[in-house]
Formats: sequence, C-alpha cells, structure tokens
Amino acid sequence: MISLDINGTRVQADADGDTPLLWVLRDHLEMTGTKFGCGMALCGACTVHIDGKPARSCVTPVSAVAGKKIATIEKIGETRAGKAVQAAWVAESVPQCGYCQSGQVMAATALLAAIPAPTDADIDAAMSGNICRCATYARIRTAIKRAAKEAKAAA
Amino acid sequence: MNTIRNLSRRDFLKASGGLALGFYLPQALAQSGPGRTVSTDLAGDFSPNAFIRISPDNTVTVIVKHVEMGQGTYTGLPTLVAEELDADWSQIRAEGAPADAKRYNNLIWGEAQFEAQGTGGSTALANSYEQLRKAGAAARAMLVAAAAEKWQVPASQIKVSKGVVFSGNKKATFGELAADAAKQPVPSDVKLKDPKDFVLIGKPAVRTDARAKSNGSAIFTQDVKLPGMLTAVVLHPPRFGATLKSFDAAKAKQIKGVEQVVAFSTPATNGVAVLAKDYWSAKKGRDALTAEWDESAAFRLGSSEIMNDYKKLAATPGLSARKDGDADTALKGAAKTLEAAYEFPYLAHASMEPMNCVVKLGSGSCEIWNGEQFQTVDQATVATFLGLDAGNVSIHQLYAEGSFGRRANPQSDFVLEAAAIAKAINGAAPVKLVWGREDDMRAGFYRPIYYHTLKAGLDAQGNLIAWKHVIVGQSILTGTAFEAMMVKDGIDGTSVEGAANLPYAIPNLAVELHTPKVGVPVQWWRSVGSTHNAFATECFLDEIARATKKDPFELRRSLLAEHPRHRAALELAAQKAGWGKPKEGVTRGIAVHESFNTIVAQVVEVSGKQSSPRIERVVCAVDCGVAVNPNIIAMQMESGIGFGLSAALAGAITLKEGVVEQSNFHDYPVLRMNQMPKIEVFIVPSQEKPTGVGEPATPVIAPALANAILAMRGKPIRALPMSSQGVTFA
Repeated sequence: MISLDINGTRVQADADGDTPLLWVLRDHLEMTGTKFGCGMALCGACTVHIDGKPARSCVTPVSAVAGKKIATIEKIGETRAGKAVQAAWVAESVPQCGYCQSGQVMAATALLAAIPAPTDADIDAAMSGNICRCATYARIRTAIKRAAKEAKAAA
Repeated sequence: MNTIRNLSRRDFLKASGGLALGFYLPQALAQSGPGRTVSTDLAGDFSPNAFIRISPDNTVTVIVKHVEMGQGTYTGLPTLVAEELDADWSQIRAEGAPADAKRYNNLIWGEAQFEAQGTGGSTALANSYEQLRKAGAAARAMLVAAAAEKWQVPASQIKVSKGVVFSGNKKATFGELAADAAKQPVPSDVKLKDPKDFVLIGKPAVRTDARAKSNGSAIFTQDVKLPGMLTAVVLHPPRFGATLKSFDAAKAKQIKGVEQVVAFSTPATNGVAVLAKDYWSAKKGRDALTAEWDESAAFRLGSSEIMNDYKKLAATPGLSARKDGDADTALKGAAKTLEAAYEFPYLAHASMEPMNCVVKLGSGSCEIWNGEQFQTVDQATVATFLGLDAGNVSIHQLYAEGSFGRRANPQSDFVLEAAAIAKAINGAAPVKLVWGREDDMRAGFYRPIYYHTLKAGLDAQGNLIAWKHVIVGQSILTGTAFEAMMVKDGIDGTSVEGAANLPYAIPNLAVELHTPKVGVPVQWWRSVGSTHNAFATECFLDEIARATKKDPFELRRSLLAEHPRHRAALELAAQKAGWGKPKEGVTRGIAVHESFNTIVAQVVEVSGKQSSPRIERVVCAVDCGVAVNPNIIAMQMESGIGFGLSAALAGAITLKEGVVEQSNFHDYPVLRMNQMPKIEVFIVPSQEKPTGVGEPATPVIAPALANAILAMRGKPIRALPMSSQGVTFA
C-alpha cells in the first residue's frame, strides 16, 4: 500500500512502487481525467502537478511521489488559476476532440501559477511539451492570456 | 469514472416520461429542399429510431448519429434541431446514437446505395441538414398542438421562442408540454424556416462538449471501467503479414497482476494478449513475453524500394481516370514542356488516444464501448466473427480522440481484436484492449506512399495547353465496404480525387493511375486522396507560373473562369492576405483546392532564412455553403491547417525490410505550440447547402507553404516531408 496526497486528500493505493503515477490515478483510483498518450513524457496528456510543478505522470514512479502534494484535473478548477483557465478554455472554444486538454489545462495552470502574465515566449516554453493533434494551439495561447487577465482582475 | 449509463433508449424513455420523436424519412425526401412535405411516423411506443428526446426537466437531448471526434458534430447537429424547434441553446444536450443502419444511415453514403451508419468524408452536417431540421420542426408542431389543446386556442395563435411556448398570457416550457405532446399525431407536413429567420444557424453557439473537455469529465473509450474488467495489452508481429507460431508466457505470468495470456487471430490482426486488472501489470507482462513468428508471408520491403518500384511503374501507361482532348499529342507539339515528380511517404494518424476498445460478451450477445466512427461496419464484422446476429451486437458511443479517419477502420482491426481477446478468454470478463503509442504507430493502416509525375505543355504565348498527371499508389478502398460504390473500372476514386476533377481550364488533360498491391495496410487519413493530389497539382501549377513569369494567383484566377466558387474563395484569401502588396521580409505562397464539396484557399506567409524559414501567417478562405456555426468552421480550418502542417514539416512513417522504423512522438514528430502559425479564417457568404469542414483545410496548407518556399528560394519542394528536403522551420 502506498499513501498519496491527491488534491488535498490522503488516499491509499495497492500498487507496486514502479507503477507510474498515471496508472495509479487511472486504474487504481479511477481518476480518469488524466490521460494516457505516449508513455514516454513526449506528449503531455498525462500532466499533473507535483508540489505545484507540472510533471508527466506517465514516467513518474508512484514511489517517487509519496509525501508530495499531487494535484489533478479533477480538482484543479477549485484553484483560482485553474478556474480561470477552465473558464477561458470554454470562452475561447479551445477543446475539439478534447483528449489532450486535461494535460493542456494542467500545464497552463502551472504556468500561470509561476508566471501570472506570461509572454508568448513563456507560453511556448511552458506549453510546447503538450501535443494537440487537433492543433488547438492558437486558441490555447489566447485562452492563457485571457485567464491571466481574469485571474489578475479577480485577485 | 464510476458509472457508464447503460440504459437502452427504450428503458430510458419509459423512465423519463418525455417526448421522443422517431422518423423514417424516405431517403429521397430526407435530402429534399425546404418546404417539402414529409411523411413521419411517430414512434408511439418510443421506438429507438429517435433524434430528439424532450424530458420533463425541460432538457432537449439530440440523438447524434455521428461520432464527436473534435469536429463539432455534437454542436452542429443539435443546432439544426434547436433552430427549427425554437429551443433555447442552454437546454440542448447531445447524446451518441446506438448502431443502426436503417435509422441512422449516413444519407450521403446512402445516395451511393451503401447503407451504413458511420462518419467520414466530412458528411455529418451535410447529410443531416434537412433531416434534423425536419425532426426539429415536427417536434415543434407537436408541442404547439399540445399547447393548443390544453389552452383551447388555435395553433396559429401560438408562438415559440427560446424554449418557451406562449399565447397571450399563457406560457409553458417544452418540459411541461412533453407528455401531452407525445400524444399528438406527428404532422404529415412540416415547413422549414426561411433562412432569413434563422436564430441559431449562422451564430457561434457554444460547443456542448466544451466544459466537459476542459475539466477532465468527458468520457473516452480509455476511461471505461466495467465490473470485473481486464485490461489487455498485446504483442503484434514485427512485420505485416506475419503470424504467430508459438509463444512463451512463463515470464509474463510471473508478473504480479497478470491473470491470463492468450493468443488471438482475426482476419485483420493476430498476436498474443496479456490480461491484467490494470494496464501497467498487463504491459509489464506483454514486455516479458517471447514469441516466434511465421514470417514466410511477411512483407519485407523498405520504403525506398517501394518508391523505386513506383517510379518504374509511372513510366508505363496507367488506367485513365480522366481524358480531355489529347494530352500526349499536345505535349509533343508544345512550344515548351515542363516536368516534375512528387514523392509522399506513409503517414500515421497518431491521434492522441491510442486505439482501444471495450468488449463484453454475454450468452449470444456482445456489447462494445467505443468512440465509434464506423458503427454498422464494426457491428457486422464483429457479429460475423463471433457468429452472432448483428442485432445482438450493441455499441455504446463515447467521445473519440481526433481519429482523423483511424477509428473507421475498414477491417475493424482494433475493435475485432478486442472481441477476439474476449472470445479467447471465453467471455470470462469484459476486456479493455489498450494499445500503447508504439503499438498504435506500428499497426499500419497508414495514408499510403504515392509517387506522381506531371507534365505540362505550353504554347508559344505561354498558355497552358496540355497537362498529364500520373499517380502511383495503393488503393485505399479496395477490399472495403466502399469498393462497390467507389472503385470503378479499376480506378479507386480516392486515389485520384482532387486530380481527376482538376478545375483548371486546360484543353488537353490526362490523369492516369497505377494501383500496385503492397503488403502494408492502408487507410483514409484526413482528406484522403487530396492529401497528395492537392500538393502535386498546386505545386506544379506554381512551377508553371514561375516558368511563364506569371503571378500564381492571377494564373489560377484565369484558369478558373468556369468555377466561380473556387475563384471567389481564391480571391477572398488573396485579398485578405494583401496579395500583390509586398510586405518587408515576407514571401507568400497560395493554393486552392476542393475536397468533399468544400473549397478552401490559403495564402501562407514565410520569413527568415531560406534554410530555416518561419511561418508567419496563414490566411484561409472557405466556401462550405451555409455557415451553420462560423466558430466551429474557423476551429476546423485551424485544426486542418495544423494537422496538414505536421505532415508537411516532418511527418513520415518509413519501413526498413518491412519493419516500421517509427514508434512514438520522438521519431514521428508532430506540430507543437511553438510552431503554430497565426491563422486568419474568412468564410465566403453562401446560401448553398452546407458541406463539410473537418477535412478540407488539411490538403491546402502543404502546397501553399511549399509555394511560399519556392517563391523564397527559387527552388521547388517535390517530396514530403519538407524536413527530408533540407527545410526545417524556425
């Protein structure tokens, strides 16, 4: 049994230590918002926050995150930045197929937490690890800027 | 994921006490013009052939027969119903239809006598445009009739607006009237709105799936969990055409969590499946497997050998796909001739969700959970494989990742594989087949390799008098359900689409096709034949413009006199881009192409160094008839451009001795945020019937970009991806 702090709640998972966090979330804890895309940290669909920083859960052994604070798409809307990002995603019509968007939202939220008013270069640096085959990138960029403005206005 | 709603429509309707409308629209009428009368048949017993369900809680659920894979069907199709129903957009919900070829037939495929439910060819909105507006209008008439009876006022004095039925000071919601409306006769005659009275069509309604896809709650196949379900991870043969000889499961079975290891074989795939309660255990088990393969029938050629064979074929006469005048004679007599050859690689769809499928076998039945693009084809194929009647194979529709064609597999490859694995364990547990990225990328069913040669003849004044186009490549449709309707006299319509219907006025024009058989499975890939034909034709036209010192836009314009819609789209893109007005440091390229009855023109602007140019801007004009949702049209243009750019810049699946060399996104790079250009979309105003937007932007971007690069460096790009030609983008 491994004890984890996920979205502020302590949970137990019966998984081997080498199991990637992604599969503990999805298969053991039935939190399927975090997605599987590549298994090699190449696409970003599995992005979660570990101690506030974006991380690819598909290559993060669960043994490495015991005692750390894990945040996932299921509850990110309860944070100020997450709420602003999700509202901006709807307002700017970002999602198409939607499969990568949990990871995009988590990456964008982490970016705004670190850099409240990101430049285009900041957005490129933070978001280029997250692939979207529907190519919603331009709308993601616009939505991040909108969320930054709204988060600032709400602050 | 805790629960998947698993009620049959009948159960649901019994429970809900609402109004459901079912229609058998005769095919001829289903696509008839506004104002035509239709016979409708009320499903008094709430039979499942329904498009609309109005519940007492005042929600209006539109049953969508097409998959939502990003292209916006769960918004565009409900818009058609809501418009004629005069519903409020906030009360609209979308739900995937069950598999049923009779009730949920794709009417455009049906026109070609191929009755099936499925999504492809950018047909979802086009084939639903009349059908769903009539469904909405009939429902509205029944709500009005119910109100008229209840209030004892003539129906003519009742109005409906934003989901409220009212007359004088009396008013009621749809939900309040639903039960009474269900008792009304279905009108034999519905009149559709005059387009000038549209309230929702033409406006950017918010997508019905936007919120669920922003907070992780949208359910994909990957997210399905059933009680007792096992996850299957598979080992496929290393080469296409190889079969399993033997396997050793001893080490796999030692992995904690592994429950079963079984061999499977279907007409499409074969291999070994490792089943466990979770993916990671199953994957570890799969990785511990050893297997021996019979490769006596395996395909062993490499991409370069395939291409060399194609080059030899191209020099021989092919089957004629179009012959206007006499191109060979005109070429011989031409004052000047030009020649070019173009090469295209295999391409993987590589959508974000690797292929997967959930299957549960019962006694004499099979239930499938899938982001299902090819409902009745998969249903029939699975039924045949399992020895069941198709009616005993049910499909639960889920959201699908982009697919880009992959989930409509002509051989039902991954769906059948899931069924075969479930059968191999005797239905002991529901099975979720999960391919890893590597499994997905190496499973074949690619956009085929193609080789094209083009020759042009010019007269002494530089006018284009002859055009000969030879195409070499595998047939996508041969062996599929579409073969009978779309492979004629040996010509696969998709191999030559966009080339055989070249719109330019050229008196002597020949298009010939060679269709070699190669042991690599191929499949339609977003915009299908146009992916290569648009590039070859539009790039060659720019080479002609350059050789004759003509402006590429003006040359196209002059050759499109008989095609006003092409010309209008071309002119709109050129005008919005400022074509003809030089911009410091910027070079432009242009292309126009029709696919799936939609015309797209694009102007691409590049800047920077010749060795590492930067794409500054794409200006896109589209004529897709009536713009039902301009926001979704813009989204699909952006998406199609981004998808086409991935392939243009660096996309290639290559084979070496029959083994696929790529496996994941590190060696099959796709477009990322930092490479996405600024895109501006303009819609040509139109009152024509709407046509599709999911695919038609894709084929235009590569030639428009290549033409900009040609203008920049004076040297054409004649093979894709551009990275293979020494052009990498900044």
